[in-house]
Amino acid sequence: MDPIREKILKPSKETRQDILGKTLSYASIFLIVAVVLAIFLFVASKGIATFTENKASLVEFLTGTEWNPGANGPNGKPLVGALPMILGSFGVTFLAALFATPFAIGTALYMTELSSKRSQKFMQSVIELLVGIPSVVYGFIGLTVVVPFVRDHFGGSGYGILSGSFVLFVMVLPTITSMTVDSLRAVPKYYKSASLALGATEWQTIYRVLLRAAMPGIMTAIVFGMARAFGEALAVQMVIGNATLLPESLLSPASTLTSVLTMGIGNTVMGTVSNNALWSLALILLLMSLVFNLAVRFISRKGKM
Amino acid sequence: MKAGKYDLNDTSIMNFDKQKQEIALSTHDLQVYYGNKHAFYDGNLQFERYKITALIGASGSGKSTFLRSLNRMNDDVATVTGEIMYRGIDINSKKINLYEMRKQIGMVFQRPNPFSKSIKENITFALKENGIKDKQKLDEIVEKSLRGAALWDEVKDDLNKSALALSGGQQQRLCIARAIAMGPDILLMDEPCSALDPISTLKVEETMHELKKKYTIIIVTHNMQQASRVSDYTAFFHMGHVIEYGKTKDIFTNPKIQATEDYVSGNFG
Repeated sequence: MDPIREKILKPSKETRQDILGKTLSYASIFLIVAVVLAIFLFVASKGIATFTENKASLVEFLTGTEWNPGANGPNGKPLVGALPMILGSFGVTFLAALFATPFAIGTALYMTELSSKRSQKFMQSVIELLVGIPSVVYGFIGLTVVVPFVRDHFGGSGYGILSGSFVLFVMVLPTITSMTVDSLRAVPKYYKSASLALGATEWQTIYRVLLRAAMPGIMTAIVFGMARAFGEALAVQMVIGNATLLPESLLSPASTLTSVLTMGIGNTVMGTVSNNALWSLALILLLMSLVFNLAVRFISRKGKM
Repeated sequence: MKAGKYDLNDTSIMNFDKQKQEIALSTHDLQVYYGNKHAFYDGNLQFERYKITALIGASGSGKSTFLRSLNRMNDDVATVTGEIMYRGIDINSKKINLYEMRKQIGMVFQRPNPFSKSIKENITFALKENGIKDKQKLDEIVEKSLRGAALWDEVKDDLNKSALALSGGQQQRLCIARAIAMGPDILLMDEPCSALDPISTLKVEETMHELKKKYTIIIVTHNMQQASRVSDYTAFFHMGHVIEYGKTKDIFTNPKIQATEDYVSGNFG
């Protein structure tokens, strides 16, 4: 029989490798999905217990302002008003994104359009360095530099949402910048040529063509930065003041979901109301990261059109 | 079926005399779908061994789709039904060994796509993966395939230079050399000259003339002069149908179908 014919009809080492490779990748996917599901189920079951077992009201949890899970309110239900933390978390997140975005886009434009190869490399390593600094160091700098600065120039004790936002601003800057750089680099070169050849200035080209084309990527970068800010615990905790009160201004001590969690989780006993209430906060965090994730997917799908 | 000006059922497909001519590859009722879109209909074509067959037709006529189906490069993007017979095996079957089949039915793409390795490594890469370790033998194959692709004289002193430093035409001939180094039976070429200048095109065409002594070549081209220059047989594709298939001379000088005549004379539409 024709040897080539035989080869084509028979499985070979390569086809067996194929099957092995597929099995391995399916196994990894299965493992990862299982882990994510397990985490989700665990946090959800714990977080929901506050409302099912401890009879706290969900409305009060989302809108109440008094956080004292160990004690009961006048209606006999535990005091689990999480609104101050929710507001605190969203406050620092949006403010940090607001501060960081213009700087990030500016830096990214400098790196992709204006700078020489050498300063590009230099900026790249500066940004990578910023990512690598541990958050406790950021928090410590925040504590010794940002807090006094805010106290002297804006008033108040210095601890508060504004200080938290300043610290987060530096922390999310590299994330947003490097992703914006990536999306600007992904804009085809001929867009720029086409625009310049029509007589557009560099600024017009950047503003009307490059940034528009990169917009979905930049939005994704901002959402990623916000997700990072939302989940940051330590650095924020060190500068925000940690008062579970509804913040009166950006300068009054406040708290975030994460800061309350890190402070409280070691000091409560599993199964108690105080502990379950913290899990409810964790559930909100988890749901929010899900929302950020969906937002990123939605934005990048919209950009494909 | 009527679409636009031409009746798509009005076709003229040549059949080969199996006693006298050796068929390297043939398709039977080949249909290609992209999702719900029917991109290619009723392909019943035979390709003679050691000949060059050109597939011509306007953009979107289904010729590249057809070509890419022949060595199953469409597996992930399209649904291909029907039979593709090669050495008495239906290679469109899920059960065949895809990798061994592609070693026999090689492909050269529209844009030169050398790996970012040296000229030599571009050719030896696949060979090494296939277990050929003997240095002397590798060198022999490198020289043989580069000579086969008419590139040897131009690059013999720079074999260790990056393939990306070559000109477009040289890169494309390197890709041909890379394909023939595997010792295939059939070479599928998807518009191999569309990104090349006329001189490089001429060189690649000369290469094809040499290659057909040992290989069966099926080439998609937009360039009708090229089809008439290099091919023995020509198939004219229109809107996913093969309208006419016959000897190249007949297609260009004495087409049987009005659509073909209009296309080759430039009055198409």
